[in-house]
Amino acid sequence: MGVVLVYATSTDGVADDVTLQALTLARGLAGGDSVHAVLMGDEAAASSLGHHGAATVHVAVHEALASGAPDARARIVGDLAGRLGAAFVVGPGTEEGNTVLARVAADAELPFAANCLRVTPGSPVTVLRQRWGGSLQEEAVIRADRVILSVAPHSVPAEATGGAAGVEPFTPDLGATDLVVRVARRVPAAAAGVSLADAKVVVSGGRGVGSTAGFGPIEELAALLGAAVGCSRAVTISGWRSHTAQVGQTGTRIAPDLYIAAGISGATQHMAGCKASKKILAINKDPEAPIMTMADYAVIGDLHQVVPAISAEIRRVRGV
Amino acid sequence: MRVLVCIKRVPAVAGRITLTPDERAIDMKYLGFAIGPHEECAVEQAVRLIEEHGGESVVLILGPAEALEQLRDALALGINRAIHLVTDGEEWDAGSTAAAIADAIRDDEAANGHFDIVLLGNEAADSGGYQVGVRIGRSLGRPAIAGIKGLAVAGGVASAEQEVAGGRDVYDLPLPAIIAVLEGINLPRFPSVPGRLRAKSKPVAASNPARGEQGLDLVRLVVPQGVSKQAVVLGSGADAAPAIVEMLAGLGVL
Repeated sequence: MGVVLVYATSTDGVADDVTLQALTLARGLAGGDSVHAVLMGDEAAASSLGHHGAATVHVAVHEALASGAPDARARIVGDLAGRLGAAFVVGPGTEEGNTVLARVAADAELPFAANCLRVTPGSPVTVLRQRWGGSLQEEAVIRADRVILSVAPHSVPAEATGGAAGVEPFTPDLGATDLVVRVARRVPAAAAGVSLADAKVVVSGGRGVGSTAGFGPIEELAALLGAAVGCSRAVTISGWRSHTAQVGQTGTRIAPDLYIAAGISGATQHMAGCKASKKILAINKDPEAPIMTMADYAVIGDLHQVVPAISAEIRRVRGV
Repeated sequence: MRVLVCIKRVPAVAGRITLTPDERAIDMKYLGFAIGPHEECAVEQAVRLIEEHGGESVVLILGPAEALEQLRDALALGINRAIHLVTDGEEWDAGSTAAAIADAIRDDEAANGHFDIVLLGNEAADSGGYQVGVRIGRSLGRPAIAGIKGLAVAGGVASAEQEVAGGRDVYDLPLPAIIAVLEGINLPRFPSVPGRLRAKSKPVAASNPARGEQGLDLVRLVVPQGVSKQAVVLGSGADAAPAIVEMLAGLGVL
């Protein structure tokens, strides 16, 4: 138990959900001590942090914070943690949260536990954290006076307290070395179809698709459903499809209403990326494939026959 | 140009993970080992940088004697030589791993000059710590960046790209720099037979660093209680189409 500092990320004046989840976990670590949060500019987001239990929101104001600058962010968080005598520094387990907190830990020569699911205060502090993208968990102890950790996204539901935070803007003291790593420019992406990460329906093909051309029927079904096309790692390492379509531990994590997995066996690497789907339909020749114990619906059969038949049936039902 | 790529030996897990009786490791009875996916791409990137700019590529691993297998895999793809920090097989936390790698870099650089770029995978496939690159950067006083899916080097500057909503953020890092890459930055080549043969005679320098104190110390591993479902079978083959479409309509996605 002790003072807690939360590294808060926000988008256009609203704290990110993953930050509110981290804040919810962090509240439980403070005991009777106070919960602080630090925002990188974007003062408008302070109210949502107060609403989720931050007593004080520190807002760092500096022009460099608009352009990434992970070392500058880490300097700000580390200095503030020192000033507050924080026992815990907590943030979201996103790419950004993890790289900033790793830097805070490296600067202070302290351990850093990424993607925690549960934290038990004590001496030493015990954490349960994700390994293998969540397919495995680790119970570990952290030996440090200041415990630095991130919270695995979507593992702790955000809970509001209805409070209001005191807001304290300040100008951070940054040196030249803090500003070496920063975004020099942004290259806009060409407008693509439905984004994999945000799609309501995703139709994916695996090794069973067999070739680049084999994705034709999968694309056709996806177009009929307004869905994004995904694939497994077996597909991308075979060069059949670009990595941007890969669903999995080292690809995109998705959470659609429906995930259609055709010719995908259900390897750990893949399921780490699609297990947040509300419903999964597996199409597979092998009734013993591991995915059958993780799917809601299954069709036993060759995807090369089943997928075109679904498209034909949709057209028939729609009368087109 | 000199490029170092750091890799890790990890279990090639497939379907279901089972643990050893002491619950401190994955039961490897039916599994092999591999280089982690992000790191396979880091190796490919190192080979490409040297193909483009000339110079020397070196691969480094911290792991048991058997990790020589993963070093040979990287050498077979075109890396010039290897550094093996040999452990007794026990897990090292990120802090002690980074410290040993930074020491090995200092030793190699004292003899051969600095590495322009140190490449790593974004996070280890198994332990997922997200920090070794940053710690090496801090120890050596060099800029470090993570989450990289595009890399170009020109005029002593590495332009490293992160994928973000709506495009790509480009960081221009002065060399020498530490760069942690994500799978998808490239499509790794497969080793050729002559490559495999050449790998056998490439130099591997082995040493035995001390493990040091563990700040984050593994107590035990836990296989999460998965939601074990039994899928509702909608049918077999093309005949299942009407039942599937009915299900789609029921979910409101039609």
